[in-house]
Amino acid sequence: MPDTFFMALAGGICIGLATVFLMITLGRIGGISGIVFSAVKNPIEYSWAILFLAGLILGAFLFHFISGHPIPIFEVPIPLMLAGGFIVGVGTKLGSGCTSGHGICGIGRLSVRSIIATCTFLLLGFITVYLRLHGSVA
Amino acid sequence: MKLLMALLCGTLFGFGLALSGMTDIANVIGFLDLFGNWNPTLAFVMVGGILVSLPFFQFGLGKIKAPLFADVFRLPTKTDIDGRLICGAALFGIGWGLVGLCPGPAIGSLAYLDIDILYFGVAMLTGMFVTDFVDRSLTAKS
Repeated sequence: MPDTFFMALAGGICIGLATVFLMITLGRIGGISGIVFSAVKNPIEYSWAILFLAGLILGAFLFHFISGHPIPIFEVPIPLMLAGGFIVGVGTKLGSGCTSGHGICGIGRLSVRSIIATCTFLLLGFITVYLRLHGSVA
Repeated sequence: MKLLMALLCGTLFGFGLALSGMTDIANVIGFLDLFGNWNPTLAFVMVGGILVSLPFFQFGLGKIKAPLFADVFRLPTKTDIDGRLICGAALFGIGWGLVGLCPGPAIGSLAYLDIDILYFGVAMLTGMFVTDFVDRSLTAKS
């Protein structure tokens, strides 16, 4: 197996441990979309969420700082960034979660809602990328 | 102590995101290109995450009375499978496929100091707050 497979698995284990620690220490679900929303909507009550998000940025920085792994390059047109971001915002609020909340925590809890949500967003992600890269949409 | 724990959990999460390759859009699009030129690597992120979360939520959590630094465990209570859940998840999938960023990597990638990521983040927050606003207006009316 290529190294990237082990890195993905190890990274996933780190993410899983982070959600478990968050539940053990603060009793909260490690769903990023919910944490982001709470942190901005009610920063005083959710000061922990702000610290968690600061850690998220710090952690990503630390990985590249320690490993020397090159920083990924983002070449996405700005209108697409804006549209994608907006749709992700609406979708995660409506659907009560994203890849972490439904995909990691929800499936871990064997929540039927989360399993269905995860299958749905994966399927639509597959279809969207297919249409974008291989579809002949005139 | 509570805030320090939150910072540590966030840091571990962010480290995992960058280590796994989730903060690299090209990787994510490769993973979502199932019907084309599929790169299965990122499937292992979910496998790794669930490998930890599943045993904890199924066997570990029940043995702990309360969180270390909070009063109660706050677990989701909704169980209904409705149009809201399906439409929301579907929209999220479309947005994820359009750019290759989901909320975690969108925040973690801010570490790369690339202004484009900020556009995504601001648009995402706008989407969340518009939805929340419409939601509350509709509830107030009914």
